[in-house]
Amino acid sequence: MSTISRDEVAHIARLARLAVTEEELDVFAGQLDVILTSVQRVGEVAADEIPPTSHVVPLTNVLRPDEPGECLAPGDVLRSAPAAEQNRFRVPRILDEEA
Amino acid sequence: MTVAHAPSYESAMSSYEPVIGLETHVELGTRTKMFCGCPTEFGAEPNTQICPVCLGLPGALPVANAAAIEATIRIGLALNCEIASWSRFARKNYFYPDMPKNFQTSQYDEPLCVNGYLDVVLDGETVRVEIERVHLEEDTGKSLHVGGSTGRIHGATHSLVDYNRAGIPLVEIVTKPVAGAGANAPQVAKAYVTELRDVIRALGVSDVRMEQGSMRCDVNTSLNRPGAQWGTRTETKNVNSLRSVERAVHSEIIRQAGLLDAGERIIQETRHFHEDTGQTTSGRSKEEATDYRYFPEPDLVPLAPDAAWVESLKATIPEPPSVRIRRLQEAWGLTDHEMSSIVNAGAVELITATVESGATVEAARKWWLGELARRANAQDVELEQLSITPAHVAELQALVDAGRINDKLARQALEGVLAGEGSPEQVVAARGLEVVSDSGALGAAVDAAIADNPDIAAKIRDGKLAAAGALVGAVMKSTKGQADAKTVRELILSKLS
Repeated sequence: MSTISRDEVAHIARLARLAVTEEELDVFAGQLDVILTSVQRVGEVAADEIPPTSHVVPLTNVLRPDEPGECLAPGDVLRSAPAAEQNRFRVPRILDEEA
Repeated sequence: MTVAHAPSYESAMSSYEPVIGLETHVELGTRTKMFCGCPTEFGAEPNTQICPVCLGLPGALPVANAAAIEATIRIGLALNCEIASWSRFARKNYFYPDMPKNFQTSQYDEPLCVNGYLDVVLDGETVRVEIERVHLEEDTGKSLHVGGSTGRIHGATHSLVDYNRAGIPLVEIVTKPVAGAGANAPQVAKAYVTELRDVIRALGVSDVRMEQGSMRCDVNTSLNRPGAQWGTRTETKNVNSLRSVERAVHSEIIRQAGLLDAGERIIQETRHFHEDTGQTTSGRSKEEATDYRYFPEPDLVPLAPDAAWVESLKATIPEPPSVRIRRLQEAWGLTDHEMSSIVNAGAVELITATVESGATVEAARKWWLGELARRANAQDVELEQLSITPAHVAELQALVDAGRINDKLARQALEGVLAGEGSPEQVVAARGLEVVSDSGALGAAVDAAIADNPDIAAKIRDGKLAAAGALVGAVMKSTKGQADAKTVRELILSKLS
Protein backbone atom coordinates (compact mmCIF):
# COMPACT_ATOMS: atom_id res chain seq x y z
CA MET A 1 0.00 0.00 0.00
CA SER A 2 1.22 3.49 -0.83
CA THR A 3 2.49 5.56 2.10
CA ILE A 4 1.54 8.63 0.14
CA SER A 5 -2.09 9.27 -0.76
CA ARG A 6 -3.59 10.66 -3.93
CA ASP A 7 -4.75 13.67 -1.88
CA GLU A 8 -1.19 14.39 -0.78
CA VAL A 9 0.01 14.23 -4.37
CA ALA A 10 -2.77 16.58 -5.40
CA HIS A 11 -1.83 18.98 -2.58
CA ILE A 12 1.86 19.00 -3.51
CA ALA A 13 0.98 19.44 -7.18
CA ARG A 14 -1.18 22.45 -6.29
CA LEU A 15 1.63 24.01 -4.21
CA ALA A 16 4.02 23.52 -7.11
CA ARG A 17 1.44 24.89 -9.59
CA LEU A 18 1.45 21.65 -11.58
CA ALA A 19 -1.63 20.49 -13.45
CA VAL A 20 -1.98 16.79 -12.74
CA THR A 21 -4.73 14.57 -14.19
CA GLU A 22 -6.68 11.98 -12.18
CA GLU A 23 -4.71 9.18 -13.81
CA GLU A 24 -1.41 10.89 -13.09
CA LEU A 25 -2.29 11.15 -9.40
CA ASP A 26 -2.15 7.35 -9.21
CA VAL A 27 1.04 7.15 -11.26
CA PHE A 28 2.86 9.76 -9.16
CA ALA A 29 1.57 8.40 -5.86
CA GLY A 30 3.18 5.10 -6.80
CA GLN A 31 6.43 6.69 -7.98
CA LEU A 32 6.74 8.99 -4.98
CA ASP A 33 6.11 6.00 -2.76
CA VAL A 34 9.12 4.21 -4.24
CA ILE A 35 11.27 7.29 -3.68
CA LEU A 36 10.11 7.79 -0.08
CA THR A 37 10.56 4.12 0.78
CA SER A 38 14.09 4.20 -0.59
CA VAL A 39 15.00 7.33 1.35
CA GLN A 40 13.44 5.93 4.50
CA ARG A 41 16.03 3.15 4.48
CA VAL A 42 18.56 5.79 5.57
CA GLY A 43 16.65 5.89 8.85
CA GLU A 44 17.53 2.26 9.46
CA VAL A 45 21.23 3.06 9.75
CA ALA A 46 21.06 6.61 11.16
CA ALA A 47 21.40 6.27 14.93
CA ASP A 48 20.43 9.04 17.36
CA GLU A 49 24.01 10.25 17.72
CA ILE A 50 24.26 11.01 14.01
CA PRO A 51 22.99 14.55 13.33
CA PRO A 52 20.88 15.11 10.22
CA THR A 53 23.00 16.30 7.32
CA SER A 54 21.97 19.19 5.15
CA HIS A 55 25.31 19.57 3.47
CA VAL A 56 27.88 17.08 2.29
CA VAL A 57 30.82 19.47 2.68
CA PRO A 58 31.95 19.99 6.29
CA LEU A 59 32.26 23.76 5.99
CA THR A 60 30.83 26.59 8.08
CA ASN A 61 30.95 30.40 7.98
CA VAL A 62 31.64 30.86 4.30
CA LEU A 63 31.17 34.61 4.08
CA ARG A 64 32.02 37.40 1.69
CA PRO A 65 33.07 40.96 2.54
CA ASP A 66 30.41 43.67 2.10
CA GLU A 67 31.90 44.99 -1.14
CA PRO A 68 29.89 45.78 -4.28
CA GLY A 69 30.32 43.47 -7.24
CA GLU A 70 29.01 43.66 -10.77
CA CYS A 71 25.34 43.84 -11.67
CA LEU A 72 23.71 42.82 -14.91
CA ALA A 73 23.22 45.49 -17.57
CA PRO A 74 19.59 46.73 -17.45
CA GLY A 75 18.87 45.30 -20.90
CA ASP A 76 20.12 41.88 -19.86
CA VAL A 77 17.97 41.82 -16.72
CA LEU A 78 14.73 42.04 -18.66
CA ARG A 79 15.88 40.09 -21.72
CA SER A 80 14.44 36.77 -20.56
CA ALA A 81 11.35 38.28 -18.94
CA PRO A 82 8.17 37.13 -20.70
CA ALA A 83 6.95 40.75 -20.58
CA ALA A 84 8.40 44.03 -19.40
CA GLU A 85 7.09 47.56 -19.00
CA GLN A 86 8.72 50.72 -17.58
CA ASN A 87 11.95 48.75 -16.95
CA ARG A 88 9.99 46.41 -14.70
CA PHE A 89 8.94 42.80 -14.99
CA ARG A 90 5.32 42.68 -16.06
CA VAL A 91 3.38 39.93 -14.32
CA PRO A 92 -0.27 38.86 -14.65
CA ARG A 93 -2.93 39.95 -12.21
CA ILE A 94 -2.01 38.67 -8.74
CA LEU A 95 -5.43 38.43 -7.08
CA ASP A 96 -8.47 36.76 -8.58
CA GLU A 97 -11.18 39.22 -9.60
CA GLU A 98 -13.56 38.15 -6.85
CA ALA A 99 -10.91 38.36 -4.12
CA MET B 1 -20.79 39.86 7.59
CA THR B 2 -22.68 41.60 10.34
CA VAL B 3 -21.24 44.86 11.50
CA ALA B 4 -20.82 44.64 15.24
CA HIS B 5 -21.43 47.62 17.45
CA ALA B 6 -18.08 49.19 18.34
CA PRO B 7 -17.76 49.57 22.11
CA SER B 8 -15.68 52.31 23.70
CA TYR B 9 -12.08 51.43 24.51
CA GLU B 10 -12.88 51.70 28.24
CA SER B 11 -15.77 49.30 27.98
CA ALA B 12 -13.66 46.85 25.93
CA MET B 13 -11.01 46.98 28.64
CA SER B 14 -13.56 46.34 31.39
CA SER B 15 -14.50 43.00 29.77
CA TYR B 16 -11.32 41.74 28.12
CA GLU B 17 -7.55 41.50 28.50
CA PRO B 18 -5.39 41.98 25.41
CA VAL B 19 -2.36 39.91 24.44
CA ILE B 20 -0.10 41.41 21.82
CA GLY B 21 2.90 40.23 19.85
CA LEU B 22 5.14 42.15 17.48
CA GLU B 23 7.10 41.07 14.45
CA THR B 24 9.42 43.75 13.25
CA HIS B 25 11.41 43.69 10.02
CA VAL B 26 14.51 45.84 9.76
CA GLU B 27 16.35 46.36 6.50
CA LEU B 28 20.07 46.41 7.25
CA GLY B 29 22.15 49.29 5.93
CA THR B 30 24.83 47.11 4.35
CA ARG B 31 26.45 48.33 1.13
CA THR B 32 25.53 45.14 -0.69
CA LYS B 33 22.76 42.56 -0.68
CA MET B 34 22.54 39.53 1.59
CA PHE B 35 23.83 36.90 -0.79
CA CYS B 36 25.41 38.82 -3.67
CA GLY B 37 27.42 41.96 -4.32
CA CYS B 38 24.60 44.06 -5.78
CA PRO B 39 24.43 47.53 -4.25
CA THR B 40 21.50 48.45 -2.02
CA GLU B 41 21.04 52.12 -2.83
CA PHE B 42 17.55 53.45 -2.14
CA GLY B 43 15.75 55.05 -5.06
CA ALA B 44 17.89 53.64 -7.89
CA GLU B 45 16.35 53.14 -11.36
CA PRO B 46 14.22 49.96 -11.40
CA ASN B 47 16.02 46.67 -11.91
CA THR B 48 19.50 48.17 -12.09
CA GLN B 49 20.82 46.52 -8.90
CA ILE B 50 20.28 42.97 -10.03
CA CYS B 51 22.50 39.97 -10.76
CA PRO B 52 22.03 36.26 -11.46
CA VAL B 53 22.08 35.47 -7.71
CA CYS B 54 19.20 37.76 -6.74
CA LEU B 55 17.27 36.74 -9.84
CA GLY B 56 17.79 33.09 -8.90
CA LEU B 57 19.14 32.20 -12.34
CA PRO B 58 20.33 28.60 -12.76
CA GLY B 59 23.88 28.05 -11.55
CA ALA B 60 24.08 31.18 -9.44
CA LEU B 61 25.77 30.64 -6.09
CA PRO B 62 24.80 32.79 -3.09
CA VAL B 63 27.41 33.65 -0.43
CA ALA B 64 26.36 35.29 2.86
CA ASN B 65 27.38 38.88 3.56
CA ALA B 66 29.70 38.96 6.58
CA ALA B 67 28.55 42.47 7.59
CA ALA B 68 24.91 41.35 7.68
CA ILE B 69 25.74 38.34 9.87
CA GLU B 70 27.67 40.58 12.25
CA ALA B 71 24.88 43.16 12.34
CA THR B 72 22.32 40.46 13.19
CA ILE B 73 24.46 39.03 15.98
CA ARG B 74 24.95 42.55 17.34
CA ILE B 75 21.18 43.17 17.29
CA GLY B 76 20.75 39.86 19.14
CA LEU B 77 23.35 40.86 21.73
CA ALA B 78 21.77 44.29 22.23
CA LEU B 79 18.45 42.48 22.82
CA ASN B 80 20.04 40.21 25.44
CA CYS B 81 19.67 37.12 23.26
CA GLU B 82 21.60 33.87 23.27
CA ILE B 83 23.62 33.63 20.06
CA ALA B 84 23.26 30.22 18.44
CA SER B 85 26.51 28.30 18.02
CA TRP B 86 24.95 26.59 14.99
CA SER B 87 22.53 28.27 12.64
CA ARG B 88 21.27 27.63 9.14
CA PHE B 89 19.41 29.33 6.36
CA ALA B 90 16.27 27.73 4.99
CA ARG B 91 14.21 28.05 1.84
CA LYS B 92 10.70 29.36 2.33
CA ASN B 93 8.91 28.22 -0.80
CA TYR B 94 6.04 30.18 -2.26
CA PHE B 95 4.84 31.47 -5.60
CA TYR B 96 4.45 35.21 -5.61
CA PRO B 97 6.03 37.62 -8.06
CA ASP B 98 7.83 39.62 -5.34
CA MET B 99 10.58 36.94 -5.40
CA PRO B 100 11.92 35.85 -8.77
CA LYS B 101 13.35 32.66 -7.26
CA ASN B 102 9.98 31.33 -6.04
CA PHE B 103 11.49 31.06 -2.60
CA GLN B 104 12.85 33.42 0.00
CA THR B 105 16.08 32.55 1.76
CA SER B 106 15.21 32.86 5.42
CA GLN B 107 15.80 31.06 8.69
CA TYR B 108 13.38 28.55 10.16
CA ASP B 109 14.14 26.33 13.14
CA GLU B 110 17.74 27.43 13.58
CA PRO B 111 17.76 31.25 13.90
CA LEU B 112 20.92 33.17 14.79
CA CYS B 113 19.60 34.63 18.07
CA VAL B 114 16.97 33.39 20.57
CA ASN B 115 15.50 34.11 24.02
CA GLY B 116 16.22 37.75 24.66
CA TYR B 117 14.36 40.69 26.11
CA LEU B 118 14.02 44.44 25.78
CA ASP B 119 13.07 46.62 28.72
CA VAL B 120 10.89 49.57 27.85
CA VAL B 121 9.92 52.39 30.15
CA LEU B 122 6.31 53.53 30.15
CA ASP B 123 5.36 56.38 32.49
CA GLY B 124 8.30 55.59 34.75
CA GLU B 125 7.45 51.86 34.92
CA THR B 126 9.74 49.31 33.31
CA VAL B 127 7.98 46.70 31.17
CA ARG B 128 10.03 43.73 30.00
CA VAL B 129 9.17 42.53 26.50
CA GLU B 130 10.58 39.08 25.86
CA ILE B 131 12.15 38.33 22.50
CA GLU B 132 11.49 34.95 20.95
CA ARG B 133 13.99 35.13 18.11
CA VAL B 134 16.03 37.33 15.81
CA HIS B 135 16.68 35.89 12.39
CA LEU B 136 18.11 36.95 9.08
CA GLU B 137 16.42 36.74 5.70
CA GLU B 138 16.28 38.65 2.44
CA ASP B 139 13.84 41.37 1.44
CA THR B 140 11.49 40.97 -1.52
CA GLY B 141 10.94 43.07 -4.66
CA LYS B 142 8.54 45.97 -4.97
CA SER B 143 5.35 45.70 -7.00
CA LEU B 144 3.48 48.44 -8.79
CA HIS B 145 -0.15 47.48 -9.36
CA VAL B 146 -1.58 48.78 -12.61
CA GLY B 147 -5.15 49.15 -13.80
CA GLY B 148 -6.87 49.44 -10.41
CA SER B 149 -8.41 52.75 -9.44
CA THR B 150 -6.03 53.49 -6.58
CA GLY B 151 -2.84 51.59 -7.43
CA ARG B 152 -3.93 48.85 -5.05
CA ILE B 153 -3.60 45.17 -5.73
CA HIS B 154 -7.38 44.78 -5.71
CA GLY B 155 -8.81 45.40 -9.15
CA ALA B 156 -5.39 45.63 -10.80
CA THR B 157 -5.09 44.21 -14.32
CA HIS B 158 -1.39 43.43 -13.97
CA SER B 159 1.63 44.31 -11.85
CA LEU B 160 5.12 45.62 -12.58
CA VAL B 161 7.96 44.37 -10.42
CA ASP B 162 11.27 45.98 -9.51
CA TYR B 163 13.72 43.55 -7.92
CA ASN B 164 16.26 46.12 -6.67
CA ARG B 165 15.08 45.49 -3.11
CA ALA B 166 14.97 41.71 -3.53
CA GLY B 167 17.91 40.24 -1.62
CA ILE B 168 18.61 43.18 0.70
CA PRO B 169 19.35 41.76 4.17
CA LEU B 170 16.31 41.88 6.40
CA VAL B 171 16.35 41.10 10.10
CA GLU B 172 13.14 39.86 11.69
CA ILE B 173 12.67 40.38 15.41
CA VAL B 174 9.81 38.44 16.98
CA THR B 175 8.55 39.01 20.52
CA LYS B 176 6.99 36.40 22.74
CA PRO B 177 3.32 37.14 23.48
CA VAL B 178 3.04 40.19 25.74
CA ALA B 179 0.24 39.67 28.26
CA GLY B 180 -0.68 41.65 31.33
CA ALA B 181 -0.28 45.12 29.83
CA GLY B 182 -4.05 45.67 30.13
CA ALA B 183 -5.31 48.98 28.82
CA ASN B 184 -1.71 50.08 28.26
CA ALA B 185 -1.19 47.45 25.53
CA PRO B 186 -1.26 50.00 22.67
CA GLN B 187 1.29 52.22 24.45
CA VAL B 188 3.49 49.23 25.34
CA ALA B 189 3.48 48.23 21.67
CA LYS B 190 4.53 51.72 20.63
CA ALA B 191 7.14 52.01 23.40
CA TYR B 192 8.63 48.65 22.38
CA VAL B 193 8.93 49.56 18.71
CA THR B 194 10.35 52.97 19.64
CA GLU B 195 12.94 51.42 21.95
CA LEU B 196 13.77 48.76 19.37
CA ARG B 197 14.27 51.46 16.75
CA ASP B 198 16.52 53.42 19.10
CA VAL B 199 18.56 50.32 19.98
CA ILE B 200 19.08 49.48 16.31
CA ARG B 201 19.86 53.07 15.39
CA ALA B 202 22.43 53.22 18.20
CA LEU B 203 24.06 50.08 16.75
CA GLY B 204 24.37 51.89 13.42
CA VAL B 205 23.22 48.86 11.41
CA SER B 206 20.12 50.40 9.81
CA ASP B 207 18.59 53.82 9.33
CA VAL B 208 15.33 52.30 10.72
CA ARG B 209 13.05 54.75 8.92
CA MET B 210 9.48 53.49 9.13
CA GLU B 211 8.23 56.00 6.56
CA GLN B 212 10.78 54.72 4.03
CA GLY B 213 10.05 51.11 4.84
CA SER B 214 13.44 50.21 6.30
CA MET B 215 11.57 49.28 9.48
CA ARG B 216 8.18 47.57 9.19
CA CYS B 217 5.94 46.19 11.85
CA ASP B 218 3.28 43.48 12.03
CA VAL B 219 1.13 43.56 15.15
CA ASN B 220 -0.64 40.51 16.59
CA THR B 221 -3.59 41.16 18.86
CA SER B 222 -6.01 38.92 20.72
CA LEU B 223 -8.50 39.39 23.54
CA ASN B 224 -9.60 37.07 26.30
CA ARG B 225 -11.90 37.28 29.32
CA PRO B 226 -9.91 37.70 32.54
CA GLY B 227 -8.62 34.32 33.65
CA ALA B 228 -9.68 32.61 30.42
CA GLN B 229 -7.41 31.15 27.73
CA TRP B 230 -5.89 33.52 25.21
CA GLY B 231 -8.18 34.32 22.34
CA THR B 232 -7.71 33.94 18.60
CA ARG B 233 -5.22 36.45 17.28
CA THR B 234 -5.19 38.56 14.17
CA GLU B 235 -2.06 39.83 12.46
CA THR B 236 -2.19 43.44 11.35
CA LYS B 237 0.26 44.29 8.58
CA ASN B 238 1.20 47.55 6.94
CA VAL B 239 1.80 49.41 10.19
CA ASN B 240 4.28 52.01 9.07
CA SER B 241 4.75 54.54 11.84
CA LEU B 242 5.18 54.51 15.59
CA ARG B 243 1.84 56.24 16.06
CA SER B 244 0.21 53.64 13.85
CA VAL B 245 1.55 50.81 16.01
CA GLU B 246 -0.39 52.27 18.92
CA ARG B 247 -3.47 53.06 16.83
CA ALA B 248 -3.51 49.62 15.20
CA VAL B 249 -3.57 47.81 18.57
CA HIS B 250 -6.17 50.27 19.89
CA SER B 251 -8.55 49.90 16.95
CA GLU B 252 -8.08 46.13 16.74
CA ILE B 253 -8.97 45.81 20.45
CA ILE B 254 -12.17 47.77 19.89
CA ARG B 255 -13.07 45.80 16.76
CA GLN B 256 -12.50 42.42 18.41
CA ALA B 257 -14.36 43.46 21.58
CA GLY B 258 -17.33 44.47 19.40
CA LEU B 259 -17.40 41.03 17.74
CA LEU B 260 -17.00 39.17 21.04
CA ASP B 261 -19.70 41.31 22.69
CA ALA B 262 -22.03 40.30 19.86
CA GLY B 263 -21.21 36.64 20.50
CA GLU B 264 -19.21 36.30 17.31
CA ARG B 265 -15.87 34.58 16.86
CA ILE B 266 -12.57 36.17 15.91
CA ILE B 267 -11.22 34.76 12.67
CA GLN B 268 -7.49 34.13 12.61
CA GLU B 269 -6.45 36.24 9.67
CA THR B 270 -4.16 38.88 8.28
CA ARG B 271 -5.54 42.40 8.45
CA HIS B 272 -4.32 45.58 6.81
CA PHE B 273 -3.94 48.85 8.68
CA HIS B 274 -5.02 52.04 6.96
CA GLU B 275 -3.12 55.17 7.98
CA ASP B 276 -5.92 57.47 6.89
CA THR B 277 -8.76 55.92 8.90
CA GLY B 278 -6.77 54.27 11.69
CA GLN B 279 -8.82 51.11 11.08
CA THR B 280 -7.91 47.61 9.97
CA THR B 281 -9.61 45.67 7.19
CA SER B 282 -9.53 41.99 6.44
CA GLY B 283 -6.72 40.89 4.14
CA ARG B 284 -8.30 37.54 3.50
CA SER B 285 -7.99 36.24 0.01
CA LYS B 286 -8.98 32.92 -1.49
CA GLU B 287 -5.47 31.58 -0.98
CA GLU B 288 -5.05 28.30 0.77
CA ALA B 289 -3.50 27.99 4.18
CA THR B 290 0.20 28.68 3.82
CA ASP B 291 2.50 25.72 3.41
CA TYR B 292 6.00 26.99 2.87
CA ARG B 293 7.78 23.61 2.84
CA TYR B 294 10.86 25.00 4.57
CA PHE B 295 14.06 23.04 4.07
CA PRO B 296 17.73 23.79 4.76
CA GLU B 297 19.19 25.93 1.99
CA PRO B 298 21.54 23.62 0.10
CA ASP B 299 23.52 26.44 -1.57
CA LEU B 300 24.67 27.96 1.73
CA VAL B 301 26.79 26.32 4.40
CA PRO B 302 25.78 26.57 8.09
CA LEU B 303 26.83 29.44 10.32
CA ALA B 304 28.74 28.59 13.48
CA PRO B 305 29.66 31.80 15.26
CA ASP B 306 32.43 30.91 17.72
CA ALA B 307 32.62 32.34 21.21
CA ALA B 308 35.59 34.60 20.42
CA TRP B 309 33.75 36.22 17.50
CA VAL B 310 30.62 36.78 19.59
CA GLU B 311 32.72 38.21 22.45
CA SER B 312 34.46 40.63 20.10
CA LEU B 313 31.05 41.78 18.82
CA LYS B 314 29.76 42.14 22.37
CA ALA B 315 32.46 44.74 22.96
CA THR B 316 30.89 46.91 20.22
CA ILE B 317 27.42 47.13 21.78
CA PRO B 318 26.69 50.72 22.83
CA GLU B 319 24.97 51.90 25.99
CA PRO B 320 21.30 50.79 25.92
CA PRO B 321 19.06 53.74 25.03
CA SER B 322 17.01 53.41 28.24
CA VAL B 323 20.20 53.66 30.32
CA ARG B 324 21.23 56.62 28.21
CA ILE B 325 17.89 58.30 28.97
CA ARG B 326 18.61 58.09 32.70
CA ARG B 327 22.06 59.53 32.15
CA LEU B 328 20.73 62.39 30.02
CA GLN B 329 18.00 63.14 32.55
CA GLU B 330 20.65 63.55 35.21
CA ALA B 331 22.91 65.64 33.00
CA TRP B 332 20.05 67.89 31.96
CA GLY B 333 18.73 68.17 35.52
CA LEU B 334 15.16 67.22 34.61
CA THR B 335 12.42 65.62 36.69
CA ASP B 336 10.97 62.20 35.77
CA HIS B 337 7.91 63.93 34.40
CA GLU B 338 9.90 66.37 32.26
CA MET B 339 12.07 63.60 30.87
CA SER B 340 9.14 61.34 30.04
CA SER B 341 7.41 64.15 28.15
CA ILE B 342 10.55 64.36 26.01
CA VAL B 343 10.61 60.59 25.53
CA ASN B 344 6.88 60.39 24.77
CA ALA B 345 7.19 63.17 22.23
CA GLY B 346 9.99 61.23 20.50
CA ALA B 347 12.27 64.21 21.05
CA VAL B 348 15.29 62.71 22.84
CA GLU B 349 17.56 62.61 19.80
CA LEU B 350 16.27 65.97 18.55
CA ILE B 351 16.90 67.71 21.86
CA THR B 352 20.29 66.03 22.28
CA ALA B 353 21.33 67.24 18.84
CA THR B 354 19.91 70.72 19.47
CA VAL B 355 21.91 70.99 22.70
CA GLU B 356 24.99 69.74 20.84
CA SER B 357 24.41 72.54 18.32
CA GLY B 358 24.76 75.08 21.10
CA ALA B 359 21.27 75.65 22.53
CA THR B 360 20.47 75.30 26.22
CA VAL B 361 18.38 72.32 27.33
CA GLU B 362 15.66 74.73 28.35
CA ALA B 363 15.52 76.39 24.92
CA ALA B 364 15.65 73.05 23.10
CA ARG B 365 12.76 71.73 25.19
CA LYS B 366 10.78 74.92 24.71
CA TRP B 367 10.89 74.69 20.91
CA TRP B 368 10.52 70.93 20.41
CA LEU B 369 7.84 70.34 23.03
CA GLY B 370 6.06 73.64 22.40
CA GLU B 371 5.66 75.25 19.02
CA LEU B 372 7.09 72.32 17.02
CA ALA B 373 5.11 69.62 18.87
CA ARG B 374 1.98 71.67 18.24
CA ARG B 375 2.68 71.83 14.52
CA ALA B 376 3.63 68.13 14.28
CA ASN B 377 0.40 67.28 16.03
CA ALA B 378 -1.64 69.50 13.73
CA GLN B 379 -0.06 67.80 10.69
CA ASP B 380 -0.40 64.35 12.25
CA VAL B 381 3.31 63.56 11.82
CA GLU B 382 6.21 62.70 14.12
CA LEU B 383 8.44 65.55 15.30
CA GLU B 384 11.39 64.20 13.35
CA GLN B 385 9.37 64.30 10.15
CA LEU B 386 9.08 68.10 10.33
CA SER B 387 11.35 69.82 7.83
CA ILE B 388 13.52 71.42 10.45
CA THR B 389 16.82 70.19 11.88
CA PRO B 390 18.16 70.48 15.44
CA ALA B 391 20.86 72.81 14.06
CA HIS B 392 18.08 75.09 12.74
CA VAL B 393 16.43 75.21 16.15
CA ALA B 394 19.72 76.06 17.84
CA GLU B 395 20.35 78.78 15.23
CA LEU B 396 16.87 80.21 15.77
CA GLN B 397 17.40 80.39 19.51
CA ALA B 398 20.81 82.01 18.98
CA LEU B 399 19.10 84.74 16.94
CA VAL B 400 16.65 85.31 19.81
CA ASP B 401 19.44 85.33 22.39
CA ALA B 402 21.40 87.86 20.34
CA GLY B 403 18.34 90.11 20.34
CA ARG B 404 18.13 90.04 16.56
CA ILE B 405 14.60 88.62 16.63
CA ASN B 406 12.01 88.39 19.38
CA ASP B 407 9.78 85.40 20.20
CA LYS B 408 7.04 86.52 17.87
CA LEU B 409 9.42 87.00 14.95
CA ALA B 410 11.07 83.69 15.83
CA ARG B 411 7.77 81.92 15.26
CA GLN B 412 7.52 83.56 11.84
CA ALA B 413 11.10 82.50 11.06
CA LEU B 414 10.20 78.98 12.15
CA GLU B 415 7.31 78.97 9.75
CA GLY B 416 9.68 79.92 6.93
CA VAL B 417 12.11 77.14 7.83
CA LEU B 418 9.28 74.58 7.92
CA ALA B 419 8.10 75.85 4.55
CA GLY B 420 11.53 75.05 3.13
CA GLU B 421 12.73 78.63 2.75
CA GLY B 422 16.14 77.84 4.22
CA SER B 423 17.90 78.21 7.55
CA PRO B 424 16.56 80.61 10.22
CA GLU B 425 19.28 83.12 9.30
CA GLN B 426 18.24 82.94 5.63
CA VAL B 427 14.53 83.21 6.42
CA VAL B 428 15.10 86.22 8.69
CA ALA B 429 17.10 87.93 5.91
CA ALA B 430 14.68 86.99 3.11
CA ARG B 431 11.53 87.91 5.01
CA GLY B 432 13.14 90.96 6.64
CA LEU B 433 12.23 89.80 10.10
CA GLU B 434 15.12 91.31 12.01
CA VAL B 435 14.24 93.42 15.04
CA VAL B 436 14.85 97.13 14.44
CA SER B 437 16.76 98.51 17.42
CA ASP B 438 18.45 101.36 15.59
CA SER B 439 17.14 104.49 17.35
CA GLY B 440 17.33 106.55 14.17
CA ALA B 441 15.05 104.18 12.31
CA LEU B 442 12.68 103.89 15.24
CA GLY B 443 12.62 107.61 16.00
CA ALA B 444 10.06 108.39 13.31
CA ALA B 445 7.74 105.61 14.48
CA VAL B 446 8.03 106.86 18.09
CA ASP B 447 7.34 110.45 17.02
CA ALA B 448 4.28 109.30 15.11
CA ALA B 449 2.99 107.34 18.12
CA ILE B 450 3.44 110.38 20.38
CA ALA B 451 1.66 112.63 17.87
CA ASP B 452 -1.23 110.15 17.51
CA ASN B 453 -1.68 109.75 21.27
CA PRO B 454 -1.34 113.21 22.88
CA ASP B 455 -3.27 112.20 26.02
CA ILE B 456 -0.96 109.31 26.80
CA ALA B 457 2.09 111.43 26.02
CA ALA B 458 0.85 114.03 28.47
CA LYS B 459 0.47 111.42 31.22
CA ILE B 460 4.05 110.27 30.69
CA ARG B 461 5.29 113.85 30.79
CA ASP B 462 3.48 114.11 34.16
CA GLY B 463 5.59 111.20 35.43
CA LYS B 464 3.10 108.37 34.93
CA LEU B 465 5.72 106.10 33.36
CA ALA B 466 3.42 103.03 33.36
CA ALA B 467 1.48 104.69 30.53
CA ALA B 468 4.54 104.21 28.26
CA GLY B 469 3.38 100.63 27.61
CA ALA B 470 0.50 101.86 25.46
CA LEU B 471 2.89 103.85 23.27
CA VAL B 472 5.29 100.94 22.99
CA GLY B 473 2.32 98.87 21.80
CA ALA B 474 1.45 101.49 19.19
CA VAL B 475 5.02 101.48 17.86
CA MET B 476 5.11 97.67 17.78
CA LYS B 477 1.91 97.72 15.81
CA SER B 478 3.15 100.28 13.27
CA THR B 479 6.42 98.35 12.83
CA LYS B 480 4.61 95.02 12.52
CA GLY B 481 6.27 93.69 15.66
CA GLN B 482 9.78 94.19 14.39
CA ALA B 483 10.80 96.98 16.74
CA ASP B 484 12.95 96.17 19.73
CA ALA B 485 10.58 96.88 22.60
CA LYS B 486 13.31 97.86 25.05
CA THR B 487 14.80 100.44 22.68
CA VAL B 488 11.35 101.82 21.88
CA ARG B 489 10.59 102.28 25.57
CA GLU B 490 13.89 104.07 26.18
CA LEU B 491 13.25 106.36 23.19
CA ILE B 492 9.74 107.25 24.37
CA LEU B 493 10.92 108.06 27.87
CA SER B 494 13.84 110.17 26.66
CA LYS B 495 11.65 112.10 24.21
CA LEU B 496 8.99 112.80 26.86
CA SER B 497 11.20 113.52 29.86
